[in-house]
Amino acid sequence: MPIDILMPALSPTMEEGNLAKWLKKEGDSVASGDVIAEIETDKATMEVEAVDEGVIGKILVAEGAEGVKVNTPIAVLLQDGESADDIGRAAAPAPTPAPDAKYESAPAAAPVPAAPSEPAVASDPDIPAGTEMVPTTVREALRDAMAEEMRQDEAVFVMGEEVAEYQGAYKITQGLLDEFGPRRVVDTPITEHGFAGVGVGAAMSGLRPIVEFMTFNFAMQAMDQIINSAAKTLYMSGGQMGAPMVFRGPNGAAARVAAQHSQDYAAWYSHVPGLKVIQPYTAADAKGLLKAAIRDPNPVIFLENEILYGQTFDVPKLDDFVLPIGKARIHRPGNDCTIVSFGIGMTYAVKAAEELAGAGIDCEVIDLRTMRPMDLPTVVASVKKTGRLVTVEEGFPQCSIGDFIANQVQRQAFDYLDAPVITITGKDVPMPYAANLEKLALPNVGEVVDAVKAVTYAG
Amino acid sequence: MATRAKKASASSAKAKSSTSLTAPPPADFNKDEELYAYREMLLIRRFEEKAGQLYGMGFIGGFCHLYIGQEAVVTGMQMAAKDGDQVITGYRDHGHMLATGMESRGVMAELTGRHGGYSKGKGGSMHMFSKEKNFYGGHGIVGAQVSLGTGLAFANKYRDNGAVACAYFGDGAANQGQVYESFNMAALWKLPIIYVIENNRYAMGTSVSRASAQTDFSQRGASFSIPGFQADGMDVRAVKAAADYALDYCRSGNGPVILEMQTYRYRGHSMSDPAKYRSKDEVQKMRSEHDPIEQIKKRILDEGHADEAGLKAIDKEVREIVSDAADFAQSTPEPDPSELYTDILL
Ligand SMILES: Cc1ncc(C[n+]2csc(CCOP(=O)(O)OP(=O)(O)O)c2C)c(N)n1
Ligand SMILES: [Mg+2]
Repeated sequence: MPIDILMPALSPTMEEGNLAKWLKKEGDSVASGDVIAEIETDKATMEVEAVDEGVIGKILVAEGAEGVKVNTPIAVLLQDGESADDIGRAAAPAPTPAPDAKYESAPAAAPVPAAPSEPAVASDPDIPAGTEMVPTTVREALRDAMAEEMRQDEAVFVMGEEVAEYQGAYKITQGLLDEFGPRRVVDTPITEHGFAGVGVGAAMSGLRPIVEFMTFNFAMQAMDQIINSAAKTLYMSGGQMGAPMVFRGPNGAAARVAAQHSQDYAAWYSHVPGLKVIQPYTAADAKGLLKAAIRDPNPVIFLENEILYGQTFDVPKLDDFVLPIGKARIHRPGNDCTIVSFGIGMTYAVKAAEELAGAGIDCEVIDLRTMRPMDLPTVVASVKKTGRLVTVEEGFPQCSIGDFIANQVQRQAFDYLDAPVITITGKDVPMPYAANLEKLALPNVGEVVDAVKAVTYAG
Repeated sequence: MATRAKKASASSAKAKSSTSLTAPPPADFNKDEELYAYREMLLIRRFEEKAGQLYGMGFIGGFCHLYIGQEAVVTGMQMAAKDGDQVITGYRDHGHMLATGMESRGVMAELTGRHGGYSKGKGGSMHMFSKEKNFYGGHGIVGAQVSLGTGLAFANKYRDNGAVACAYFGDGAANQGQVYESFNMAALWKLPIIYVIENNRYAMGTSVSRASAQTDFSQRGASFSIPGFQADGMDVRAVKAAADYALDYCRSGNGPVILEMQTYRYRGHSMSDPAKYRSKDEVQKMRSEHDPIEQIKKRILDEGHADEAGLKAIDKEVREIVSDAADFAQSTPEPDPSELYTDILL
C-alpha cells in the first residue's frame, strides 16, 4: 500500500513550517535516509530524510507552501510494484494524536507528534454582560455544584464519611441530606478502600457517584480501587464500561496536621492515564469545574483545599455555570515572566505577582485548574511571550507538576526561554508538625519573588 | 512499672460459644493497686485538661484528640502488662503514652511542637513514639496501627521472646479492611497480640449503630476463630482482669484475643468537634454514673485506703507534674531549622 509522507516536526517546539524545497521529484526513487526536502521553521531550515524506501508517486504539497501543519501528508511514496493508480489507497496517515499525546514523550530524534495549534487565549466561556456576580465561599460553591447536579440527574449521589448527618467533616455537603435524603446522601463507615470500590462498581453500572474522602490523605487507603479499577476499566473493557464518577475532598496541607495529613496528591494522580485531575483555586472554578466533573463520563479526581474552603470569590449567577475541564485560566495577564500554579499554590503566585508589579516586573499568572489533561498550549503560548517560567505548588519536588511542565516547555518552547525554568514546591520532607518547621516546609511568597527575579535577571 | 495484681486465672473467662467468652469478674485491687490506678488515671485526666487549655491558647495546633473518659482502659491494660510488651494505638494517644511511662514533659512538648518533645516536635499530637517504653505510636491513619501491631506480634513470635503486643483501636477503626486481613494472619500464625477495641460509641459524629452491622465488637474475629469478650472499660478493675486473662492466653501461645472495652469519651472527637450528634444528658449521665476516676475515688474512701486529704495530696502532686510539663512545653525551644532535613533517611 502506498505510504503517506507526513510533514515532520523537526524540533520539539515545532507546530508548523514552510516547505522550502523539494530535493526529489515525482518518479524519483528514494532510500531510507535520503534527504527529500527542506523545511523552514521560524528558527532554522532543516532537511527531511526519507524513512521508508520507494518511489515518490505524488507530491501533495508544493515547494514554497507556508504554514504547513505538522502531520499533514506532503507526498505519497509508492512501494514495489505499485503505480500512481494505487494512490488513494494510501495507508491511513499516522493517527492524529490523542488529547494526551500533546505531552511530547517521543525521543527528540524521531518526528514527534504535533503539538496542537496555537491556542486561543484560554478563558472561561463568555459570561453574559450584566450577569450578577455573587460573593460565594469555595465551600458554598462546591455544595451548590453538587446540589444542582443532583437536582438534574437522579443518578448522581454522594457517599463518604460524615457527609450526611454530620453535614460533612468540613461542611461541604451541608444541607444535602435534608434536600436529597439518605438514599442519595450516604454516610459510610470508615472504610475507604471498600467504599471507593463500591463507588466504582456503582459507576460501572451507570450511576454517577461523588465519593468524598474526608481528606485525600485517606484516599491512599483506596488507591488501588482508584487506580486499578476506576482509571483502567474503560481501557481494559475495550470501551464497554468505565467509571463515570468524582472522587473529591480536601487535599494538601491544612495547618499543623503533620506528615500523615498534609500531602498534595496533584502529581500522584496526574501520573495516571484514565483519570482526569482538577484542583481549583477560586469559588467560580470550584463550582463550574465540579459540575463539569460530575457530568464527565470519566473518573475525575477533584482536589480541594481546606484553607481555601472559607475564602470568598465572585461566582456568576447563572442557571447552569459549567466550565471546561482541561483549560487553564489566565488569572493575571503580564509580559515579563509566566507563573504557573493551581489550587492553594495560586495564593503564593498571586501575592508574588502583586509584589513584583511594585518592583516593575509584570508577571502573567496562569491558574492551571486542570492537571490532567493539562492545558500546555496556554502555558507554552505564555512562555513564548514572556520567555520565562516559574511554577508554584505545595507538593514534593521530585516528579512534581512543575517538573512535568518544565520538561514540556523546554521541548515545546526551548528557543523562547531566556532562563532556566524554576519550580517552586514544598520541601523534600514529610510535613513536620512544629510551627517553625512547617513554615519552612511549605513554599512561600518570598521564594516565588526570588525565583521570578532570578529568571528575569532582576537580581 | 505496673503494680502486679493477684493473677486472674485463665479459666475465669468462660466460653459461651467458641469465640464468645464471658468477661472475668473485676480484679480484686489491694490498696496499692487502687492508689496506683487512681494516680495514673488522674494524671491522664489532668494532662488532657491542660492540653485542652493549651490548645485554646494556641500553643497546640492541628488535631488534638483527648482521652478524657477513657482513662481506665489503658491504665488497666498497662497494670497487667509486663516490661517488654508493646503498645500501639491511633491518634487518641496521650493517655497511652503516659501509661507506658513516657514523661509528661516530653509528651506535652511534642504537643507544642518543641525540640524537647518525643519526636523533636516533628510528629505532634498524633505521631509520637518511644522505643525505650515500647510505645510504637501514635498513628494518624485510622486502622493502620492494627496491622502494625500485628507485625510487632509477628516479631515477638519470630524471636520467641514471650512478649505480647497490644493494638488499640476504635469502634470506627474496627470497620477498616486491614483489620480483618490482620485478624486472619494473627489467627493463622497464632501471633501474641491483644486487639483492644476502645468502643466509645462514636467514630467522630457516627454512632456505632450507624456504621456497624455487627455492634458486638468482641465478635469481630469470629470468622477467624479469635475469641473475645466485652468488658466494662469504665472500671479499671474489670479492664485489669480482662487484660490478665488475655495476656495469659497470648503468652501461652494460643494466638490473638479481642477485648472490646466499652467506654466513652466526654469531649468532642477533636478540639474542633462541637459534638452535636449526642445529647448533653447522655454525656452527663456517663460522667455522673460511670466515671472511672470517681468510681475508684469512692472505693478508696469507702475502703479507707486514703482519706480526702490523702487524695488531695495525690491530686496536688499530679497537678504539679502537669503544670511543670506545660511550663516546659511552652518555654523549651522549637526545633532548630536544620531539623527540617534530618530523620528522613538513615
Ligand atoms: C483512613 C482514615 N480515614 C479517616 C480518618 C479521619 N478520622 C480520624 S479519627 C476518625 C474517627 C475514628 O473513630 P474511632 O475509630 O471510633 O476512634 P475514636 O476517635 O472514637 O477514638 C476519623 C473518621 C483518618 N484519620 N484516617
Ligand atoms: Mg470511637
